[in-house]
Amino acid sequence: MSKSSLGIKNVRIIDPYNKVDNISDIIIVDGIITNIGKDLFAQSEKPNIDIIDGTDKILSPGFIDLHTHLRDPGEEHKETIETGMLAAAKGGFTTICSMPNTNPPVDNSSTVKYILDESKKFELIQVLPIGCVTKGRKGIQISEMWDLKNAGCVGFSDDGDPIYNPEIMQIALQYSEHLGLPVINHCEDTQLSKHSSVNEGKISNRLGLSGWPNQAEDIMVARDIELAKKYGGHLHIAHASTARAVELINEAKNFGVNVTAEVTPHHLTMTDSWFLGHQRDVDIFTSLGTDAYDSNLKVNPPLRTKTDIESLLTGVKEGIIDAIATDHAPHALQDKITTLDDAAYGINGLETAFTLLASLYHKNILDIVEIINRLTLGAVKVIANSIEKPKGIIKGELADIVLLDLNSDTTIVGKDFISKSKLTPLEGMTFKGRVLLTLAKGSVVYEFNNN
Amino acid sequence: MKNLKSIESIVEHNYKLSHSVKNLLDIDQLDFNDLETIFSLSEIIDSFLLNNEKKSSLLKGKTIVTLFYESSTRTRVSFEEAGKLLGADVINMSGSGTSIDKGESLLNTCLTLQSAHTDLIIVRHPHSGAPNFMAKNLLKTKIINAGDGWHAHPTQALIDLYTVKQSFDKLEGLKVVIVGDILHSRVARSDIIGFQKLGVNITLCAPKSLLPTILLNKSNIDESDPYNKVNIEYDLEKALDKADIVMPLRIQQERLGEVSGFPSLREYSSRFQINDKTLKFAKPSAIVMHPGPMNEGVEISSEIAHSDRSQIENQVRYGVAIRMSLLYLMLSGGDFNE
Repeated sequence: MSKSSLGIKNVRIIDPYNKVDNISDIIIVDGIITNIGKDLFAQSEKPNIDIIDGTDKILSPGFIDLHTHLRDPGEEHKETIETGMLAAAKGGFTTICSMPNTNPPVDNSSTVKYILDESKKFELIQVLPIGCVTKGRKGIQISEMWDLKNAGCVGFSDDGDPIYNPEIMQIALQYSEHLGLPVINHCEDTQLSKHSSVNEGKISNRLGLSGWPNQAEDIMVARDIELAKKYGGHLHIAHASTARAVELINEAKNFGVNVTAEVTPHHLTMTDSWFLGHQRDVDIFTSLGTDAYDSNLKVNPPLRTKTDIESLLTGVKEGIIDAIATDHAPHALQDKITTLDDAAYGINGLETAFTLLASLYHKNILDIVEIINRLTLGAVKVIANSIEKPKGIIKGELADIVLLDLNSDTTIVGKDFISKSKLTPLEGMTFKGRVLLTLAKGSVVYEFNNN
Repeated sequence: MKNLKSIESIVEHNYKLSHSVKNLLDIDQLDFNDLETIFSLSEIIDSFLLNNEKKSSLLKGKTIVTLFYESSTRTRVSFEEAGKLLGADVINMSGSGTSIDKGESLLNTCLTLQSAHTDLIIVRHPHSGAPNFMAKNLLKTKIINAGDGWHAHPTQALIDLYTVKQSFDKLEGLKVVIVGDILHSRVARSDIIGFQKLGVNITLCAPKSLLPTILLNKSNIDESDPYNKVNIEYDLEKALDKADIVMPLRIQQERLGEVSGFPSLREYSSRFQINDKTLKFAKPSAIVMHPGPMNEGVEISSEIAHSDRSQIENQVRYGVAIRMSLLYLMLSGGDFNE
C-alpha cells in the first residue's frame, strides 16, 4: 500500500506516549509525519496535499487490541487474517494480538510463522501472535514457550478455556518469568460456571437459565494471583468482568505482584438485563422484549451487573485495569442464530469498540484521555517486553494514527461490518462517535466513507 | 355458567382475550381479565367434555404442529386432543424420524413448518427461551410454549390456577406451598407469576441447593420482582402451617448435573415428602396438586397422591379444557394483527 500524504488542521492530538494533549496542525508526507505545530496551513507555501479539517476531532496514536480472535487458520468461514485486520483498521486499531485458539492451535512455531507471513502479505496493520500455554490447548502439557517466543509470540494463553490445572499455571508463570512475556488467563472455574450463558442473579432466574456466578471468575483470579506472588512471572487477567476481580487485582498490584488486566468495551457498557430484550438496562419485571434471550449478547465471561460495571470503570480510571481489549470473537451465522444455550460465546468487537467507549465519554463516565490511554499506552504495558515502544505522534516518524469523531451519530448496522461476522446485539442502535481515518505505518488502512 | 346448546355455540358469545396474543410464551402476558375469560370458557368446555359432547369443528381448517424436543405425556396428549376435538388438523413432531435427526436447526425447522402453512406451533424445548427465539423469527405462525428449560410452562400454570379456582370460593389470601426442586422448575416459575396475579400467597420449601440463588438473600431482589413477596421456609412442617394448597414437585434428575444438588433421594424424601404425616400440618381442607410426572414415594406418597385430597387427576382433566380454550382464543379470531 502506498504511503500517504495529507494534512490535518486544528485537531486535538492526544498522545499518551509523549504525554501530549493539545490542538495542532499536522502534516504527513509519504507516510512520515513531517511537521506538527500551529497554523501550518496559514502560510503561503501551502503543501500540495489533501487537508482535513480536524476541528472538534481527535488524533490518537493507533489503538492496540490485546485480544482478537482471528479464527485463521482453521475457521476461515468465521474470519480470516485479512478480514480481521480490515475490521481492526476500521476500529482504529493498528496493532492486534491474535488469540491462539485456532485450528491447529498456535502451539508451534510454524503456525506462528503462518500468521505472521499471512498478516504481512496485506500490508495493513500489525498482527502480534499469542501462543498457547499448553499443547493443543488441552491443559495437560506446557507448550514450547521458548520456541514460541523466538517465533514471534508476545504472550501465552489458552483463551476460550482457562488454565485449569494450578500446577500447569505454576509452570507457565515460571516460564513467563524467564521469557518476560505475560501468561494471559481466561479466569473461569468451569465447574461453577457450568458453561452458562448468563450471569447468575435475578436475570438468570427470571429467564430460567443456569447462571455463571462472579465467584467462578473471582476464585481463579485469586488463585492465579497467589501463584504469581509465589512463583513470579507476569500474570495478565483477560476480560475482567467482576467487581471482586478488580479488588483482587488492585490488592495484588499494591503487594507488588506483576499482574496486569484488561476489560472489554461490552463489559463496560452492557449488563445482563439486556437479555430481557430491550437493548438497554431495564427493570427486572419489565415484560420480555422480542429480543429476549438474544444470543448475540452471549459472551464469556457473561455480561454482569451495574455494580460490576461501576467497579470495572473505577478500575479503568485508577489504572487497576491497564487496557481495554475487544475480545473480538467472530462466528458464523448458524453458530449464533439459535437458542441461547446452543449459541457460541462471542461478540463482534473491533468495529464497535470505539463507538461504545465514546458512549461512556458522552455520559461523563470516562474521560476521552483515559479511554485513549487504555487503548494505547495501557495496552503496551502488557506486551512491553516484546515490542518496541511506539514512538507516538512525533515529527520524523511514520504515521501510526487514528482520527476520531466524537460527535457524529453512528448507527450500528451489522451487514456493514467488514468482519465476516455480521451479528451484533447493538443492531440498529445509534451512538455518537466514530473512527474517521486510520493510518498504519504511514498508509491509510481505513477511511470513513459517508456514502 | 352460561347455558349453551353445544360446544359450537361458544362462537355466539364473543370470547376474546383483551389484546391479541400471537404467541403465548409465559403467563405474564395474560392479564386478570384474560385469565377470567380462559377460565369461564374452560368451565363451559369442561362440562361438555364430561357429557361426552366432545367434538366440534370450531377450528376446522387450522393446522397445528406439536414440536416436542423433550419427552412429555400429559402436555402433548392434551394439546393434541384439544386440537383434534376442536376440529383442527394436528401433526406431531419430535426429534426422531424427522430432519431434526439430520441436524436441521431449530430455525430452519420452524421456517419449514411456517412455509407448510402451519397456523400454530406448540413447542417444548430443553433450552429456556427457545419459544422466544422462534417467536422472533416466525412472523406468520403462532407459538404456544409447552415448556422451555427452566423458564416457563404457561399452560400448566393456567391449569394449576384453574384447579385452585375450582376448589376454593375465594382465591385471595390462600396459601400455596410449593415443595421441592424449584431451581429447575419451569412450572414453579410460571406458577409464582400466576398465583401472585390472583392474590395467592406463596411459600417455597426446599433445600437451599434446589432454590434459585437469588432467593437466598432477599435484599438482592427488587420490590417489583414477584420473588420479593415469596416466602422461603426450609422446614417442611413449618412451611405447611395453615397451607391451603400443597404442591410437591418432582426432582428433575435430568437437569441436575454430575453433582446432583443433594445427597440422596432417600434423605430428601425423609425431609420433604408430602405424606399422611406431613400433610397434617396443613389445613384440614388443604388440597394437594402436582403438575406431573410424579415420582411416588419420593416427593409424594402414593396414599396422598391417590387420596380424596389429591386434585392431580383433575389437573389432567382440566388440562384438556384449558388447552381447548386457549387454542380457540388464539386461532379463531382471524388474523392476530387486526
